[in-house]
Amino acid sequence: MTMSEHTIKAFDADLQDLTRVVAEMGGLAERQIVNAVEALDKRDIALAERVIADDGKIDALQREIEEKTILTIARRQPMAIDLREIVGALRVSNDLERIGDLAKNIAKRVAALDADFQPQQVMRGVEHMADLVLAQIKDVLDSFARRDAAEALAVWRNDEEIDAVNNSLFRELLTYMMEDPRNISFCTHLLFCAKNIERMGDHATNIAETVYYMVEGRAMAEERPKGDTTAVTNVPFRN
Amino acid sequence: MSMAPVQSSSPIPVVTHTAPSGRLEPKVAARKLNFFYGTNRALKDVSVTLYAKRVTAFIGPSGCGKSTLLRILNRVYDLYPNQRAEGEVLLDGTNILAPGQDINLLRARVGMVFQKPTPFPMSIYENIAFGVRLYERLNKQDLDIRVEQALRRSALWEEVKDKLAANGLSLSGGQQQRLCIARTVAVKPEVILFDEPCSALDPISTAKIEELIDELKDDYTIAIVTHNMQQAARCSDYTAFMYLGELVEFDTTSKMFTSPSDRRTQDYITGRFG
Repeated sequence: MTMSEHTIKAFDADLQDLTRVVAEMGGLAERQIVNAVEALDKRDIALAERVIADDGKIDALQREIEEKTILTIARRQPMAIDLREIVGALRVSNDLERIGDLAKNIAKRVAALDADFQPQQVMRGVEHMADLVLAQIKDVLDSFARRDAAEALAVWRNDEEIDAVNNSLFRELLTYMMEDPRNISFCTHLLFCAKNIERMGDHATNIAETVYYMVEGRAMAEERPKGDTTAVTNVPFRN
Repeated sequence: MSMAPVQSSSPIPVVTHTAPSGRLEPKVAARKLNFFYGTNRALKDVSVTLYAKRVTAFIGPSGCGKSTLLRILNRVYDLYPNQRAEGEVLLDGTNILAPGQDINLLRARVGMVFQKPTPFPMSIYENIAFGVRLYERLNKQDLDIRVEQALRRSALWEEVKDKLAANGLSLSGGQQQRLCIARTVAVKPEVILFDEPCSALDPISTAKIEELIDELKDDYTIAIVTHNMQQAARCSDYTAFMYLGELVEFDTTSKMFTSPSDRRTQDYITGRFG
């Protein structure tokens, strides 16, 4: 179903502009995640520093979207689908900004990592989780661009897989720490990185909820299945 | 743009828009209402309910029939030849379109405020007392009280209490409109119809009228026709969208302005029409 144009053409231009900036912001956030995880994997401090510096660009886009939405609400007094799209853009930009912060947090830890200890299996786990989150973010941004509630719903339901990987990583890292106290520093940093990635997934589901509301005009009321069990996980100490 | 609905088998329950709280009692109910200006059919099988002590807004492009509908509710159209209504309008369950309906009594029960303020060319006091005398015999003291009550109810008392003998036409546009509301309220109606009451007023006067409507709904059933979408969104509990003589959609105002069901409603309220 195509949406016809507004009688006032400039209103269409305002909305298109907003969607364009959100897409630009989404692209930047995705790139930041890729770079942060690569910097972590390769212990590439230069790349990590670039990620930290580039976070400012995402913040600037968020401010731009905030100004545009406030101005558009004041100027056009939007109703119905227009109102939902404008509020949607504002909310999506907030989630993308937080995703950017989380990527920056990962980059900040790169310099603190001990270069000698390289548990390949754990690193692959982190990368796998990052890949899953990136796919979620890509899909949810697609659903935003295409105003596709069904796709948003699929993203929303997919978050459980990320939680499952996070849970197994958590147990694995705990085990490494118990095996050798010298691993604790590295594993703790990596735990935080995994948590940051898991949180990105949560923001992707937030965006999915926003897209669903934008398109359908009603909220998803059901509690999302929460798969993160790390809060109640413990690994018994074996001597 | 893809608007593919999620399949209805979706297990996700949805948050539904709730109606304004409190018990809903139908006050006025139009049933299969048709209206003709000569041979021109201006309303097509319109069925709509006005709930007691609620504000219902009627929106739609010019010529959609919303003012026509309002004019039927107190039979103003009776004044014109070649205009006739078919169907039923139930006021507390009684069909007011039936022959034998006392028109004067009906207009006392269903008051109307028009687009342009229409004070009579007489004193502020008389503007109000005139209508009251048509329906009731009150002594001077009781009439004074009634006039004061009406002026207080329409938020005009403080501005005119020292010049009740002044001509109604000497007031500003916004004051004149509130005088007309006072005149309507003075005969103690049950339903008040507002036909674009603010389209000739500045934003401050408009705000005063809207505040007044909000207060009046504690006691009256109110219908308002407006071209100002924000006004409908601000001051009504229910909104009806009309187009080409048909009632396209009727729902709570919160639903209508955030996620209307009908594509035509959405196009109209978002400025995509035509």
